Amino acid sequence: MAFDLDERLGDSGRVGFFTDTSICIGCKACEVACKEWNHVPDDGLTFTGWSYDNTMKLSADTWRHVAFVEQRRPLGHQEPGVGELDFRWLMASDVCKHCTHAACLDVCPTGSLFRTEYGTVVVQEDICNGCGYCVPACPFGVIGKRETSGTAAKCTMCYDRLGAGEEPACAKTCPTDSIQFGDLDELRERAERRLEQVRAAGVGSARLYGHDPDDGVGGMGAFFLLLDEPEVYGLPPDPVVTTRDLPSMWRHVGVAAVALLAGVAATAWRRR
Amino acid sequence: MSQTDVRMDGSPELRGERQATPGSAGRRRERLMVPKATFDSYYGRPVLNEPTWQAPDIAGYLFLGGLAGASSTLAAAAELTGRPRLARAAKVGALGALGGSLYALIHDLGRPERFVNMLRVFKVTSPMSVGTWILSVYGPHAGAAAATDVTGLFPGLGRAATVGAGIAGPAVATYTAALICDTAVPVWHEAYREMPFLFAGSAAASAGGLGMLAAPLSEAGPARRAALLGAAVEVAAAARMERRLGPLAEPLKRSRLLRLGEALSLAGALAGASVGRRSRVAAVAAGAALLAGSACTRFGIFRAGMESANDPKHTVQPQRRRLAQARAERDLT
Repeated sequence: MAFDLDERLGDSGRVGFFTDTSICIGCKACEVACKEWNHVPDDGLTFTGWSYDNTMKLSADTWRHVAFVEQRRPLGHQEPGVGELDFRWLMASDVCKHCTHAACLDVCPTGSLFRTEYGTVVVQEDICNGCGYCVPACPFGVIGKRETSGTAAKCTMCYDRLGAGEEPACAKTCPTDSIQFGDLDELRERAERRLEQVRAAGVGSARLYGHDPDDGVGGMGAFFLLLDEPEVYGLPPDPVVTTRDLPSMWRHVGVAAVALLAGVAATAWRRR
Repeated sequence: MSQTDVRMDGSPELRGERQATPGSAGRRRERLMVPKATFDSYYGRPVLNEPTWQAPDIAGYLFLGGLAGASSTLAAAAELTGRPRLARAAKVGALGALGGSLYALIHDLGRPERFVNMLRVFKVTSPMSVGTWILSVYGPHAGAAAATDVTGLFPGLGRAATVGAGIAGPAVATYTAALICDTAVPVWHEAYREMPFLFAGSAAASAGGLGMLAAPLSEAGPARRAALLGAAVEVAAAARMERRLGPLAEPLKRSRLLRLGEALSLAGALAGASVGRRSRVAAVAAGAALLAGSACTRFGIFRAGMESANDPKHTVQPQRRRLAQARAERDLT
């Protein structure tokens, strides 16, 4: 019964999460397990009135966030049992995507953020000097700067647990297996099969998000089966790693710098 | 906001019944059949996390770094063309602005005592890392240039340091464009083509302003011309940026700081080039206006970026348009 990481690791050696939101029940056990295991500090108790979501967003102190969306739409062939009212309640546990092309990692000027042997992206707390560059670099709004320590923090995919051959706390605790952990390639295949199943059940709006290695971030290490457009859950519809345009940015900077040098030199050309 | 009813048929693969397939009208049309972008958000929450950078520190640094870099170049040009008093003013100004820059950069860190961790690595993928190394090369040159000029010691070394700082200066003044553009902040990222030119122009205008403020009229010619050229480039780059960004330019167009910055820069540059040639008082006033204009421009760009990061529509809509465009192009082929 024990979870065996080596057995789960395929040829790619890269692990990931597949979050199947169609079976999420919104229990938030993942949020609690994450906080407990990783000693993530409390970040306030707020009542938002956004359905059952009082967590609001991912941040330095929230590494799993369950979104709740209420819609006046039918869910597949399901009978809501409340008369004529069409209603569906979407829930989705969001997390760091551990991107193939991770902007946070690219822009980190200290080397604090690094790619682990499992293909995940982790902050080294003792190196980070809190410059905050990773925060606006992330196209998903995942990483944040922790006020108490002054350093950046985000999901580590339970790096310590992986090292001990255990699966991450959120996946371990998820009672419906909405959060599945394992070899990324295998998860992608499993997700395709699940998508067909959900569509066959009449949920035509189901789609995978972040499974495609050709997307703007080179595929996400944590990807999702969603029942509506990504932005409905607060996710960007077409995220692109900002450093994709960096070579062009450097070229423009180079031309501007040379122009500045030449321009200022020209202003002094006329000898006195 | 809890109702997120986009359309009853939620399938991304199916077209609405009344929506025509591109080309179904018979003849090929010029217009791409791009469906109007629908937009939704999660309770109006931003998709991105707001940058943690503080405006006085980072927008202040954008201004001071530009002022320092362009002043060093102006100082080198002045020194090599026999304008010692303009050179000295620019060198001292550059060192002062550099000091302010370093203070702002270190002050903004969550763990200021760890600022040396920036020197652990060199990464071209991180403009902040590249900038750290640019400043590490530029800083000692700018410091030596000012110190040798003021004290009169080691003139040979001073001249070498002045030229070195003058060559490194434009890198200091323009890399900051890559620094803010290499983020997911919509306005900053999308404006990356014009931003380096806007920053270069603003830097030259501020350095010219400082030169007019501090150097005698007889030597301030290069400062007046640098200010005029810089202000013109700054305004042209800003106009092009706003045109190219389309709907995303809204935070830029709405910014009073940017309008004020442009007005001050242009007024300062024009006044400096006309009455500022004869009147010392006018030159000082024009110089001050140019410095204030450059600062307003940098804070305006900074604020517009923050605004775009905090509005989900600026993140979602351009991405939706991109997807719709790609889908339309795929359908046509």
